[in-house]
Amino acid sequence: MLSANFVIFIAVAYIFLLFILAYFSDRSQKMGKKSFLNSPLVYTLSISVYCTSWTFYGAVGSAARNGLEFLAIYLGPTLVFVGWWFILRKLVRVGREQRITSIADLLSSRFGKSNRLGVLVTLIAVIGTTPYIALQLKAITNSIQVISASGSSSAISGFGDGTLALGIAALMALFTIFFGTRNVDANEQHHGVVAAIAFEAIVKLVAFIAVGIFVVFFVGGGVGNIFAKANEAGIDIYRADSFGPRWIAILFLSAAAILCLPRQFQITVVENSNERHLRTAGWAFPAYLFLMSLFTIPIALYGLTALPEGSNPDMFVLTLPLAEGNTLLALFAFIGGFSSATSMIIIATIALSIMISNHIVMPIALRSSENLGTADGRGVTRLLLTSRRVSIIFVLFLGFLYFWFSGNSDALASMGLIAFAGVAQFLPSMIAALYWREASVNGAIWATFIGFLVWAWTLFLPSFETSSIMVANLISEGPFGLEFLRPQALFGMSNMDPLVHSVFWSVLLNVVTLIVVSLFTKQSSLERIQANMFVDVFSLKKRGQAELVRGSATANDLMFVAQRVLGGKRAYEIFEGFAKQSGVRREELIVTSEFISRLEKELAGTIGAASAHVVLSKVLSGGEVSLEEVMQIADETQQVIEYSQRLEQTTKKLRATAKELKKANESLTQLDKQKDDFLSKVSHEVRTPMTSIRSFSEILLTHDDINDEQRNKFVLTINQESKRLTNLLDEILDLNALEKGERIWVNRLVNGEEILERTINICSPIAMQKNVQLKRGEKASNDNINAEPDRLAQVYINIITNAIKYNDAKNPIITISSMSKAGFYIVDIADNGSGIAKQDTEIIFEKFSRGRRTKGGDDGGLGLGLAISREIIDKMSGSLELIETNNSGACFRVKIPLTKEE
Amino acid sequence: MNVDVLIAEDEPGILESLEFILKRAGFSVSSVTDGEAALETIKVLKPKMMVLDVMLPKLSGFEVLKRLRANEQSRNLPVLILTAKGQRQDKKQAEEFGANAFITKPYANDDVVDGVRQLLNLAGFYDQQNKETDNEQS
Repeated sequence: MLSANFVIFIAVAYIFLLFILAYFSDRSQKMGKKSFLNSPLVYTLSISVYCTSWTFYGAVGSAARNGLEFLAIYLGPTLVFVGWWFILRKLVRVGREQRITSIADLLSSRFGKSNRLGVLVTLIAVIGTTPYIALQLKAITNSIQVISASGSSSAISGFGDGTLALGIAALMALFTIFFGTRNVDANEQHHGVVAAIAFEAIVKLVAFIAVGIFVVFFVGGGVGNIFAKANEAGIDIYRADSFGPRWIAILFLSAAAILCLPRQFQITVVENSNERHLRTAGWAFPAYLFLMSLFTIPIALYGLTALPEGSNPDMFVLTLPLAEGNTLLALFAFIGGFSSATSMIIIATIALSIMISNHIVMPIALRSSENLGTADGRGVTRLLLTSRRVSIIFVLFLGFLYFWFSGNSDALASMGLIAFAGVAQFLPSMIAALYWREASVNGAIWATFIGFLVWAWTLFLPSFETSSIMVANLISEGPFGLEFLRPQALFGMSNMDPLVHSVFWSVLLNVVTLIVVSLFTKQSSLERIQANMFVDVFSLKKRGQAELVRGSATANDLMFVAQRVLGGKRAYEIFEGFAKQSGVRREELIVTSEFISRLEKELAGTIGAASAHVVLSKVLSGGEVSLEEVMQIADETQQVIEYSQRLEQTTKKLRATAKELKKANESLTQLDKQKDDFLSKVSHEVRTPMTSIRSFSEILLTHDDINDEQRNKFVLTINQESKRLTNLLDEILDLNALEKGERIWVNRLVNGEEILERTINICSPIAMQKNVQLKRGEKASNDNINAEPDRLAQVYINIITNAIKYNDAKNPIITISSMSKAGFYIVDIADNGSGIAKQDTEIIFEKFSRGRRTKGGDDGGLGLGLAISREIIDKMSGSLELIETNNSGACFRVKIPLTKEE
Repeated sequence: MNVDVLIAEDEPGILESLEFILKRAGFSVSSVTDGEAALETIKVLKPKMMVLDVMLPKLSGFEVLKRLRANEQSRNLPVLILTAKGQRQDKKQAEEFGANAFITKPYANDDVVDGVRQLLNLAGFYDQQNKETDNEQS
């Protein structure tokens, strides 16, 4: 058995080792050496600050009590990191671009550099984190008791629990102040601290795995053996209800925590030195978590079977090696747990101290000192360092107080998940900050505040149930007897796991408030700018806007402020760099809004966005233009850009419309031309017979000496030409009616053959007259079609008479055949004349086509006949075309769909 | 074998009436029914003037006119254009191609007879001129 003094000595020595490690890391970084400290591996290891003593010791306890519940704690962060590309990538990019110093700064900066929001987030973070720090202190004191005291938990030689915890807190404060407040620019990062944390990450992992291997392979006799024994003892770790609502709630909380816990934000975003490290962390951190959780179940199972009943499962990691007499391993395990606790304390304290000093101390200090730069030489820097140091002491002392007053109550044990649920209230605003442009500062403030209130009421407050009778009463009765406000059964939602209940209500109300308030409040111009900077962080290139800020502060004024805040050397570097970039000497530097916004970012890296904004506002408001106005200008520029983009879109639309109009105009012109052509053709077709009529009638009128034979011939011509004219007018009107659909068209079921025969009978005399032979070819077997019989006959007659008229063969023959094929009733009318030129096969269907000219002085009128025929067949859903055949003559084909027989 | 008038017209009725009235007016008349035939026949019959329809098969009246004007032999042949289109553009085009007279269908018979007579006078004038220049040269 180890003596308490020895254990404490080891612990102190371990912290001393951390001091040395941090010191040399800091030094090598300062000297500009490219060390392994900048590797993605160190970054990944430092992220494992997530695994506190609560997970180091508690995971085994949780597995022993609640089965697989502990897996969710590891699975949430795993999901977030495996999917680093979605949220973490943007978060880190924004953090670097905007010189974000903490999660409070992130939200404050995004929502118009609102300090109210910064203060709110800081307060919630402090309230959520101090009990968590207390939990670490308790884990340390407990573990020292376990490892040194022989069974009894009474006072350790000379030390009370409180003194011990206070001592550790003091050591932590010392370390944190020493390495956490060396630099004032959070951008310069805490390399020494990160190195120490990475080292601790290795220690706790190796320690845990060492215990695991010892338990499984040296005393437990292999995994199979352990599980078999547990089975015998009736321990069932796979409880069916493991994966219920509570499991999902824990999964959600742990995923939220890896993003929102102040210490995680500090390590993942603020301390990130290279964005590409995320890529490695994306798989390496989940791998770390996997190794960390590998032996949890075997240790828990073996502990439950091998140790006497009633042993505290939370301490199995220590008690198992002790029980087997392996004190060295137990000591190593203790160091592992100690590492988990101290790393959490260190980073959480740094993160909180930055938040407190930037969002609470600095704004108050800045407001009260009117003459900022002139007060004394290094005012702001000293103020800043002092406030950080005081904040560190304050946070640790708060943690200690909490530990002291909560004593040995089990309020602490559940503090891990309670803290997770608390910081999860930042998540909706954080996600909105990155992805929702319209989210407004009022939305974020109210959402976070209401989420916090609900969390405090439903989860934080009930954690005091056992230590306070008042709280216990409140839980069972509700405030003032209002049952629907009972902390663990809001609005009558009893029978729910308290954690699930709290997460459900707090996150739901948080999100709803965020959306509703954001939709109903207006963003300031500053908010809009910041929203764009955050949401479009990947698409926004640095715009080269460099308009002058008229007559405001000079570069010297700004230099003065920068020196106060950043220190002379850093300020000088920034100004020099910017002058170089603008191509002038530093003394000639002109103040542009671009320069101001860059300087503001630099200042924000030290004192937070909100404070930096106030500082620059003060300097600039001495002149004619305030910072608000500078922002206004930037916003207007943004609006002009947006306006011009809209204008561009409108122009594009107009251009498209113009194009369409041009098209429409072209087709109208085309139509107009067609109309002109038609009129011209009609004119010609009318004038031709008119000419004959007029001429012959004049001859008959003026010449008396014409013989009877001639007279008769002339009168006959007049008569024929009159008929031709009448036909023409009929056709024009008919075609017009067909095209306009003025005629009522009724197709009915008819026999195509019947109509065809009738037509042939009509045409036979004409054919005989012209010595043309009409031959009937093949006959269709099926001829049920939907048609208007008279119209169909009209088409046949038109084609047959044309064929008779234009057949120039010696022995003119017209062959009419019909068939039913592939659902169509087909009629072919072929002649053996010289046919129609190939290029005219479509033209002949146009109005007054000249594909074939009227030859005879008869009623003529090819002009519209085929155009009308085609129109008619169209109305019967059929087609009329000239087809190619092996014969010389023309062959017209009428195709009409067959109707299904009933 | 010179004729007075060559008619190029494809409408049988119109052609018949034209032949009738011009013969009755005392002119010697010959006729063709398409543009190509018109060009061929001019070479053979050497008419004094020509009545030319615009809408002729094979070669349009305007095309025939253009070719006549391009040929040294027929450059001065008086041509009377007949058209059923009767649009202003046609008249303008006829003038451009070098038609001597332009009559729209339907027409009064007397107008055609008068037109032919005037153009025959013009042909006579050309004839006279040619003879004179021949004399001077000889």
